[in-house]
Parts: sequence; structure tokens; C-alpha cells
Amino acid sequence: MSWTKKILRVNLSDGSCTPEPLNMAWANEYLGQRGLASKYLVEEIDPTCDPLGPDNKLIMATGPLTGTMASTGGRYAVITKGPLTGAIACSNSGGFLGNEMKNAGWDMIIFEGKSPEPVYLYIEDDLAELRPAADLWGKSVWETDDLLHQMHQDPLLRIACVGRSAEAGCLYAGIINDKHRAAGRSGVGTVMASKNLKAVAIRGTKGVGNIDNPEKFFQAVNDAKAVLAENAVTGQGLPTYGTQVLMNVINGVGALPARNMREVGFEGAENISGEAMHEPRPSDGKPNLTTNAACFGCTIACGRISTVDKNHFSVQNKPEYWGASGGLEYEAAWALGADTGVDDLDALTYANFLCNEDGYDPISFGATVAAAMEMFENGQITTEHTGGIELKFGSAEALTKMAELVAHGEGFGLDLGLGSKRLCEKYGRPELSMTVKGQEFPAYDPRGIQGMGLGYATSNRGACHLRGYTVASEVLGIPVKTDPTVTEGKAELVKAFQDATALVDSSGLCLFTTFAWTMDNIAPQIDAACEGDWSVERCLEAGERIWNMEREFNKAAGITGKDDTLPKRLLSEAVKQGPTAGQVNRLDEMLPEYYQIRGWNEDGEVTEETRQRLGL
Amino acid sequence: MQHIIIGTGPAGVIAAETLKKVAPDSQITLIGSEPEPPYSRMAIPYYLVEQIGEEGTWLRDGENHFAELGIKRITDRVSGVDTTSQTLTLENGEPLRWDRLLIASGSHPVKPPIPGIDLPQVQSCWTLEDARQIAARAQPGANVVLMGAGFIGCIILEALHNRGVNLTVIETGDRMVPRMLNEKAGNLLKSWTQSKGVTVHTSTSVEAIEASSSEQVNVRLSNGETLPADLVISATGVRPNTDFLNDTGIEIRSGIVIDDTMQSSIDNIFAAGDVAEGYDFSTGMHSVQAIQPTAADHGRIAALNMAGITTAHRGSVNMNVLDTLGLITTSFGLWAGSGDGDETELYNPQSYKYINLQFDGDRLIGASTAGMTNHVGVIRGLIQNRTRLGPWKDRLIKDPTRLMEAWVGICENISPG
Amino acid sequence: MQRSLHIDPLKCTGCLQCEMACSYHAEGAFNPSRSRIKVFTFHEAGRFAPYTCTQCDEAWCMHACPVEAITTDLETGAKVVSESKCVGCKVCTIACPFGTINYHHVSGKVVKCDLCGGDPECAKACPTDAITWIDADWTGLDRMRASAEKSLAGVAAS
Repeated sequence: MSWTKKILRVNLSDGSCTPEPLNMAWANEYLGQRGLASKYLVEEIDPTCDPLGPDNKLIMATGPLTGTMASTGGRYAVITKGPLTGAIACSNSGGFLGNEMKNAGWDMIIFEGKSPEPVYLYIEDDLAELRPAADLWGKSVWETDDLLHQMHQDPLLRIACVGRSAEAGCLYAGIINDKHRAAGRSGVGTVMASKNLKAVAIRGTKGVGNIDNPEKFFQAVNDAKAVLAENAVTGQGLPTYGTQVLMNVINGVGALPARNMREVGFEGAENISGEAMHEPRPSDGKPNLTTNAACFGCTIACGRISTVDKNHFSVQNKPEYWGASGGLEYEAAWALGADTGVDDLDALTYANFLCNEDGYDPISFGATVAAAMEMFENGQITTEHTGGIELKFGSAEALTKMAELVAHGEGFGLDLGLGSKRLCEKYGRPELSMTVKGQEFPAYDPRGIQGMGLGYATSNRGACHLRGYTVASEVLGIPVKTDPTVTEGKAELVKAFQDATALVDSSGLCLFTTFAWTMDNIAPQIDAACEGDWSVERCLEAGERIWNMEREFNKAAGITGKDDTLPKRLLSEAVKQGPTAGQVNRLDEMLPEYYQIRGWNEDGEVTEETRQRLGL
Repeated sequence: MQHIIIGTGPAGVIAAETLKKVAPDSQITLIGSEPEPPYSRMAIPYYLVEQIGEEGTWLRDGENHFAELGIKRITDRVSGVDTTSQTLTLENGEPLRWDRLLIASGSHPVKPPIPGIDLPQVQSCWTLEDARQIAARAQPGANVVLMGAGFIGCIILEALHNRGVNLTVIETGDRMVPRMLNEKAGNLLKSWTQSKGVTVHTSTSVEAIEASSSEQVNVRLSNGETLPADLVISATGVRPNTDFLNDTGIEIRSGIVIDDTMQSSIDNIFAAGDVAEGYDFSTGMHSVQAIQPTAADHGRIAALNMAGITTAHRGSVNMNVLDTLGLITTSFGLWAGSGDGDETELYNPQSYKYINLQFDGDRLIGASTAGMTNHVGVIRGLIQNRTRLGPWKDRLIKDPTRLMEAWVGICENISPG
Repeated sequence: MQRSLHIDPLKCTGCLQCEMACSYHAEGAFNPSRSRIKVFTFHEAGRFAPYTCTQCDEAWCMHACPVEAITTDLETGAKVVSESKCVGCKVCTIACPFGTINYHHVSGKVVKCDLCGGDPECAKACPTDAITWIDADWTGLDRMRASAEKSLAGVAAS
């Protein structure tokens, strides 16, 4: 058990909300959340459909551990066909929405069709109905959140919504819940807005109580919590510095890309690091970091809550940004900072606030600005395009201005909202787009960390660190240290990380637990909560099944082995300086072996044998 | 020391117990006119729906509770009070002499001057005996007319509805519970009640009740309608039980006027609860509040003063909570405001939700709510504590539901933003 | 010596493990909306504060109850609601000036923190020691209660 075994189908075209039983046969194969919702998506939509058309569907899904006392068990994910990539998109978020959905008695919500008018979905336990959202359309995430709380007179309402960037068609708009937690990547918010769905507001009071074996469950959960508490990364590093603990580490090993990945190594890294967030500012004597914060049920509490100096140029005379709000995570700090060459911590924080306030992905945004900056320096983009802004690497003013334009869907912000790939194509320099399958890179240069190159190239949602985080092994030595500069053994490593991650993403747990947990800690929690035997082996097999299913969807959507590649820059322009000087990513040394280990043919297609082995 | 307490409602019982605690050697006598062990009127609706038996209405557990505490109980009616000799006379028993007297005789339902009000089909709803009569007659399918949508009317509304009667409510005010809810909230409650299948006529009065057969009456309304009824319940208000104090010289206005030690105009005679006109915390004026928490406050403070522990009462916050067919409404303090302070409200009739806050400067002085149950008590705390809201006031103006957040924030010295 | 809940809000990360533990103990399900302890989030101040009943001596809820459904657990000092006696009249919910006794729509009764009979689940579940169960006569809750009681009591003994 631990599933509620009930899903909500919302037909936006005809306005109906219909409960239906969860397909338990699928749940037993795909567990929940990412895996199970992907199964529904794959079964229900035409893979060639327009991601922003009414034939695409959008699924919000919890996992069986969502809403339980398992540490970090509060996650939900959004699954759809992504507009940035045309591939299957799955974005995962913490905060408090997933738990609320589960408490209201729903494992997942499937949105289909398109509403003729802006609407929001209101759920109060069994009650689920679409309500007019004309008054909310055109409002930011933060305004929408406040307004819905006031309209419903319920401080405990949990809300996920899209901001103005999504309404304006920004292709990397996310869905923001609890004001600053995001299903951030791949444009899932753009899909939501394309359906005229502004928000989902949930209040659940039913409780999550159907734990299969409570005694075993509490034992497994408490044991696993102890592991998190005693681990240096999850017990100390993450609560103290958040994911920003990585900024100096990654820069130090020669894997921090900078200036649209033209360079590796950023001289301003220290200024925008997790350590810097703790330093009192000379200007007002206060640190950027106000506190750390937890998502639902999380005993790590890596979340950053930051405050910008009131006198900082970005927020002067804007008291609405003087309060504390969601601060910089490592990926955001890199994309907004190192990749644009900006090392002004408060400027990055302000830009990050805007990403939350109007719901767009700071990674894709920062990387797109970086590409635009390179094209500005090369003359393809001029002040005529930017509305007079000198879009130069290192300009905090330009960065924050661009963030405002994307937030509001105005001026050059509309071009930036296309994402790096389309922007570079539009301005005639497609090779300057640092993307895989149309999605922008995160903060680990595959020239410095070979395995990540393979991971990026084969990721089912385009360039992404969260589909197989081999950084853990190649840099941090988790669970075993491998050499980041060699390609040998990386195919196997990448596959192992990809499969395990797919399972974790399907459970309701946060991937960050895997800094400390292995499947030996995770499987017993799932096993005790759910009916049936969830051994380590079954979990890993489910993970592999999920990975292959996603791959098959992408193939049907027209994405093939040819797309398993990296931008030329990363394959041919060697790192100029630092510990990884001279390196490029040697993808060709890893990819054939990876296909073979995966049980795919040499074109990267899932073979019939593999399909049968996995029950696809 | 002889302490005599007239009345076995919450004020009288709490006073007796408090006296026993602080003055264990004194003689305490508790006089009540009803035959049952002291019981709570608040519990009557739950008795009516058979959620509890009669024992469930008792204020204290067990028939012998008071005897075990050493509190003497007399079931009799006080017929006279002689303030000079400090003696009271009973209808049946021997006269009693007091050193300190507490009058906690409560109130009785008002009988409106309507032709036919004394017909046997017309029943008040105040005592356990009344409840038994109602329970016997309010059978499923019976036509029942409830006169008065005040506190008592609303409290028993659910009980009547649950019994499956065909119910019509008549209220002379322009909304339900006009003494507790403003126009928006009172009408929200009206539409809620109607949505549950109860007919509600506001701004309507009963002009006459006429016998139509030996079993039934016709209720003639000011709007021209005539309703057949098997049972008419009169719940048009209550008045303090002070008749037996006529000619005693005790100052009585709308109730027995008491000072901040609960003492009446005559030394050694105290009053508490529904019969007393005590200090209202919010207005600083005397008024009869006739609510349970005030009765409890009065009883406790009166007892302390009777025992010689001088204790000043700073006044009670008038407050009410009503559950009308599942819609919970509350009001606190100056819910209609003081006239010159700020106010804020949120109104969502679709979901039957309402909240209104009234301020004086940056202090909360009154509130009313519908459809809100979490942490409502904090409204009392903020009002009675005269908490300076500071920056939280603006937060509450924007979203008045953040009351608990404001209180915790103020306790923890956290500003809203 | 009686023990009491000690709350140090500065240590709270807002994870709600306490709310889950509380609701599981009281209701058999992880159900924060039914938790007797609530964590308040002050987003713009970057602060969190768990808050629950202070178990006041002269408890307003207890005195306001018309049917003696709220009594003191002599072992723990907790004010405990007897579910069989509570009729659901809600008078205690408006009487408690701290807002920590609440009506439960499903049971039709009121619920409040009962200190889990002397072994509070919230304290056991808290990963940061923001909530602890300690031998002390001067806890954060006591402090809060003392300052509030002084001005709230409506009485000034002389």
C-alpha cells in the first residue's frame, strides 16, 4: 500500500474532474511519481504531439513515500512532453505540495485538453473542481499564492502555479510551489500555461496512513535518518552550505564551466560560493544567507533562504524584495553567475528571486543569457535587440535586467525565453548553444568530469545533472571514487546512476539523500511502506525499466541515437587552464560501450530482447 | 464562615469548588431549584440528538461529587432575601443565614407577548425538562417553528434538523444571530441554513399562534404567511432571574450590578454569571453577557473575593461560538468595531467563509468569523492581552486569517516581512 | 520532577516531522492538518516556530468546559480532553487565548496536545533538537506562558 490508489483526471477542455482507481499493475512495475506517471503519459499521448497543444498531457504525481515520515518524503513530479526538447520531461519538486496532494487522497493528477478560459484546480480532499482564474492570469507566482490564500481564507492551502514567464511562452518556465520550490526544468510550466491552467491549490486532511508494515517502516526510516545525520555531506555540508557547498569544490577540480562554457574555471567562484553566502556583507553587515530550510519531511534541510541588501542596486526602492526568500542553489548560482561571468552574489540572488517570482528555470535562463552574451560580444546581438542594454559577460546590471524582461515576458526577454538552442539558431550561431536535445547544461563541465559527458548526452530530458549524478563518484567519491579524467568504466557507472536515480525519483524521496544513502537504505523503506517485496534488485530493475521506457518514448517522438551527443565546443575545444587543462570530453570512447551495457543496438535503440527482459 | 450560593449553573458550581479549594474550612451551601444534578445548558443540544444521555449534561461527574467535596446541596427555591439579617428563606426548607452570599441564579427565557404563547404546543428551550418535552414532540416529519434565530435558536437548530423535523425559523432581525454577527456573516449563515433544507424568514415576526386542532397550531407571520405546526419553540432571548430580589435594595439594571470584585451594591452579597451585570472588557461598561466563559470567570473571581482574597476582575471579553448545521461562526469583543478604528475582512460566500477584524490603533478589539475553526482562541488572546500588533497589523489587514502567525510571530519577536 | 516541552524556534527548519509524528500517534496517519503541534513559517523573515499547548495551570480551556471533559493528567501536568465526555460545543476553542485547542471535524470533539502521556512524539521526531523533552522548570513555553498569563488572566491578585 502507501499509494492512495486513486488518481484524478482533469479534462480542461470540458471542465470535468473525475476520480479513477490507480492502475496497480503499473504501480507494481513503475512504483510511482516519475516512473508511474511516465507510464501513464507514454500510454496516453501521441509522442509526436505538439508539446504546447491540447493533445499533450501534464501529470502531477507523488510517490508511495510522499507524505510519510521517511526523510525527504514530500516530493512530487511533473511529467509531460517538454516544449524545450520535445522529449519526455519530468521535473521534480520538494516543498509541501506533494504531501498535500497525498493527504487529500490523490496519488496523481492527470491534466488533459485545454481550457477555453484561465482556470485553477481547487482540491479539498475529495472535492476537486476547476474554478475561474481570470483574476489570477497575469499575476506573478507570489501574487497568485497570496491571492489564493486570501480567496480561500486558508493559511494551510498549498499552491503550485505558473508565473508571467510561462504565460508569455518562455520555453523553460517551471511550476513553482510554496513560492520558491520548483518543478523547474524542461518547460513543464510552459505546458501548464498552454492549457490555461494557472494554479493548483490543494488542502488535504485525510492523512497518509496505509503503511504496509508500520513496525518495519519506522525501523527502516529511523535507521536511514541516522545515516543522513551521521554523513558529512547530508549531516553537515548540505545544511550548512546547501548545494552551494559544491561551488569551490567543483571549481577546484577544474570542472566549473564559465562564460557560456567557453572557459573552465571561474575566477569569481569564491565570491558566489556557499561560504560567501555566510559572510557578512561589508555594506550592511548581514550575510546573504538568512537561514537554511527544509522541504516537507526532510531531515537534511539544504534549502537556502536569503536576503538581499536593501541598498543593493537591484532592489533599491523595491521593498517587495527586501524580505527573505528562496536563495541560491549551486546550479542557479553557476548559471546566473559563472556562466554569465557575474560574481555579484546579491545580483544573482535577486535574479533567483525573479526566477521564483515568475516561475522560470534559472539554469536554462542563465545559460541562455550566457549564449546571448557571447553572441553580443561577437556582434550577432546588439543593443538594438536588447533595448539598449550592454549584454556583456560580467555585467550584473545586464543579468538582472534580462531576468526582469523574462519574468514579465517583455522585449528581449521574449527572445531569451526561447532558450539557448532556438536563440542561437535565430541569431545564426547554433554552435554556441550549450545544450543537449535543446536543454541547457547545468554546472559540471563534461571536459573535467568525463562520466557527466556521457550522462548529459544520453539523458532522456536533455542536458541534466539529475538523471545520473556521477559527480558523486567522480568528484566526491560516493559511493566509490573514480577518476573524473578517465573514460574507462564510465559507461557502467552512468547506467548504474541513471537507473538508481529513476527509482529514487519514483519513490517520493529526494535524490539528495543519495549522498548518504544507497539502495540498501532506500529499498527497505519502500518495501515496508508498500505491499509486495521491494528488494534492492527489484528497485534497480524498475529503475532500468523506467529509463528504457523514457528512451522508447523519445524515439517515437523522433529523438534518436544521433541526438546522444554534446556541443562541439565540449568535444573539441580543450580546457585552457587549471587542473583539467588540455581535456575535452571523449564521448566516443564511452557511448558504444554504454549502448552495449544498456542492451541497445549500435544506433542506440532498445532491442527486443531488452524490451522483453524488462517487460516493456 | 457560611458561604451560600444560589444557582447550580457553571458560575455557582465553579464558585463552590473554588471556595472549597481556597477556604477549605468554611461551610459551603449550593442551592438549586431544578431536581437534576447541576448540568450544562450548553450540552442540551447534544442530549436532544441523543449523542449523550442526561449524565452527559452534568457539570460534574457522579451524583455524589459535591457531597464528597463537602459542599452541601439543597434543592429548593429561594423565596426571599433579607439583607439586614443576612438570611434567606426557602419555599420549603428552613431559613439560612450567610456570611457571604453569591447570587448565581442565572436567567430564564423571555416569553414574548404574542397571542397564543401559552398554548401547550409552544415550548421554551432552556431546561433539561424543556429538552425532554421537545424530544418527545419533535418527531420525524413534524412541523416545527422555531421563533428566534439567536444563540439558543441556532444551537438547537441542528438538533432539531437531525431529528428529521420539517423546520422553519422565524427571526425578527434582518439576519441570523444579529446580536453576534454582522450583516454579511448573519446572512451567510442564513443562506447556509437554507442550503441545508431549513426555511429561514428574517425581518419577520410571529403575530399570533392559534390552535387549529387539539394537536396542531397555526403560526401567523408578519409576512402574511400562516404555518401549521406540531411544535413551536420559543427562543427569543433570556432575562436574569432577579424577581426574588425585589425590594432587597440590591441594585439591579439589566442584571445585578457588580463591582470588579463581583460584589453587588450590598456588602457581602456577590453575583456571578448570567444574572450579573459585570464589566465588559472591551467596552469598559457593565453588561450581562450570559456566556459560559464569563460565568466561569465570574464564579472563580467571586469565590476568591468571598474568601477574602481580594481579586480584581478586568472584565470579560464577550465571545461566542456557534455551530449551526456544521457552519461554525464566532464573534469576539467589539465585533462591530469601535467606530473609528481600521477594519479588514475577507468574504467568500461560495465556500461559506468569512472573517472580519476590528482594530483600535494597532490593537485587535473585535472579530467575527464563519467557517474557521483553527486557532480561533488566539483572537481572544490578542484582544484580552491588548497585544500591540506593530507591523503585523498590516499583514492582518492584507490577510486576516494569519492571526495565529501574528501571535506566534509577536511571541518570538519575528516580523512579518 | 515533571518534564516539559522545550521549544527553540531558532533550531527549527520547518520540516514538519513533528507534525507527522504527532498526527500518527494521535490519529494513526501522517496528517499534518490534524497535528496538535503546528510549525509556523515566516517566509519573509526566514524563520520557523513550532507551537503547541503550554499546559497552563489554570487552563482557560479547562475552566470553560461545561461538562468537565478537560482535566489535568496528574503524572504529566497535561490538560487532557476526555473524548467520551466532550460534547463538541467548542467553547474551549474560543476560550483558549493561545489558540491551541481546536475542533476536529471528523470526531466532532476538540483536540489538543496531551504530551503523549509523557513521551512526546514531536520531540522524538525533531531532527534538530528544536523540540526537546526536558527536566526543567523554565522552558521557552513557560516563558511565553508567563508573560502572556500575566496580562491575560483578567485578574490581578493583590
